[in-house]
Amino acid sequence: MSHAPLLAAEDVEIAYDEAIFAVRRVSLLVHPGEVVALLGANGAGKSSLLRAVSNILHAQRGRVTHGRILYDGTSVAGSSTSRLVRRGLAQVLEGRHCFRHLSAEDNLLTGALGRGSSRLETRRDLEHVYALFPVIAEKRRVAAGLLSGGQQQMIAIGRALMARPRLLLLDEPSMGLAPIVVAEIFGRLARLNRDEGLAILIAEQNAAVALRHAHRGVVLENGIVAAAGTAEVLRSKDDIRAAYLGLGRANIQPVST
Amino acid sequence: MDWGFFAGTAIAGLLAGLMYALVAIGFVLIYKTSGVLNFAQGAMVLFAALTFVSLHEAGLAFWLAFLITLAAMIVLGILVEAFILRPLVNQPPITLFMATLGLSYVVEGTAQLMWGTQVHALDLGIKDTPLPIPDILVSRFDLFCASVASTLVVVLTLLFRYTRLGLAFRAAAEDQYAALNTGLRLPVIWAAVWAVAGFVALVTGLLWGARTGVQFSLSLVVLKSFPVLVLGGFDSIPGAIVGGLLIGLTETLAEVYIGPYVGGGIDEWIAYAVALVFLLIRPTGLFGQRSVERA
Ligand SMILES: Nc1ncnc2c1ncn2[C@@H]1O[C@H](COP(=O)(O)OP(=O)(O)O)[C@@H](O)[C@H]1O
Ligand SMILES: [Mg+2]
Repeated sequence: MSHAPLLAAEDVEIAYDEAIFAVRRVSLLVHPGEVVALLGANGAGKSSLLRAVSNILHAQRGRVTHGRILYDGTSVAGSSTSRLVRRGLAQVLEGRHCFRHLSAEDNLLTGALGRGSSRLETRRDLEHVYALFPVIAEKRRVAAGLLSGGQQQMIAIGRALMARPRLLLLDEPSMGLAPIVVAEIFGRLARLNRDEGLAILIAEQNAAVALRHAHRGVVLENGIVAAAGTAEVLRSKDDIRAAYLGLGRANIQPVST
Repeated sequence: MDWGFFAGTAIAGLLAGLMYALVAIGFVLIYKTSGVLNFAQGAMVLFAALTFVSLHEAGLAFWLAFLITLAAMIVLGILVEAFILRPLVNQPPITLFMATLGLSYVVEGTAQLMWGTQVHALDLGIKDTPLPIPDILVSRFDLFCASVASTLVVVLTLLFRYTRLGLAFRAAAEDQYAALNTGLRLPVIWAAVWAVAGFVALVTGLLWGARTGVQFSLSLVVLKSFPVLVLGGFDSIPGAIVGGLLIGLTETLAEVYIGPYVGGGIDEWIAYAVALVFLLIRPTGLFGQRSVERA
């Protein structure tokens, strides 16, 4: 791509409690308008990397011990999460993390609050989210905790979209959802990417679904990049399946980013 | 049985209970939004009342003294956030509790250093005389306290339900990590909630202070709020109100009707006894947060 990357992780190393290394020397790029899948088995380091990008690692007692992460040309280390959100970097957390006692609409409104949107912008963005997920519009007065897993995932995504992101990070959006719901959610994300040029970095164990919608993929294994390439290449290689399922990487040809 | 006397006693108990509820509400506000058990709530009551009464005695008008004290409570909230909550973020709850224990000494000490240790009378201009209702003894002052307390509760409820700050409070109360990730500024929210708790402490301090005189023992009302919290749940404002009313009622009725048989002083401990029984049968309190889950 010709554009400067929107997100550039360079040689990133992440440790928890100053000892446990979750990620070692990982690099990855996301360009404007791109959908990138971050694949790997449980414990590979996907969430840690996303936390580092949003600068919320410290809330989990983690720290970037080496390398740097640039969002839109500046290091995220110097920005608070709230500043990053205001600059268009929003994350949908693993496990959704809806505010369970708040109504669906109040959940969405917190996203507007995080961005500091005006009332007019907020109303417009709400309509936008409701158009994307009509079922949430129907349930707008219902406490999020009472909704289904898929609906909660839509609320979590909607809440992030209320920040009008340029780069959306998603951490395992398919977790615990029925295949048909997963397909629906990925369909909406693909539409956002296509129609609005939203760049998306999506961490998934469900590689099949993620690679169906991504342009490129990066496979993590035990905190290092085991493979990377275009979605077609990753899809077509059987040996890569083994890598992101955590079944060893004996036959893997390392691929550069 | 003398029902007029009973009704008077019960009403006095409920009104006293409302005062306990006020202290408990300040506590709940901070606990809900930041997960901190704020032992210093009583010290804040003392600090607010002492500051107000000293300014008032120095000749400042009621409203001016009130506003300056309120400003002081807001500054206190900001300082607490910057020097206690922020450095101790991610520490276990017990560490934060100990920090507020220390804070309560600092706040009490500062208040007494600035304003001295003598007892101040506080006159809010409401006479403590009975209402002209035959047979039932209800004091005007108690009724005034009750209406102030109720107004405060309504105002807080509206703040929580209908303002942006209220939404941020509720979100942070529910899931700090998600609130942080959503871009909410937790330091601002915490400072704001401590300031609101400071406002509640100021109102509490004025009402209690007018009743008992402004003195050191005001900071001990925090001890009375613990049984209230056990009854009502640590994270529920309606719980704090109902818990306060129940404790006030129990204390007064027990003192009047059981006290003579056990030699008096029963109001000193009955609240704790009730709380203990409650802890055994319902540890989350009457209104403690049950999780909202799909069936
Ligand atoms: N909060 C945490 N504290 C300590 N270690 C953690 C924490 N989160 C993750 N880890 C460790 O970091 C490694 C990577 O985990 P994670 O980033 O969650 O991987 P993934 O999202 O790919 O499942 C794992 O070994 C995990 O045990
Ligand atoms: Mg994960």
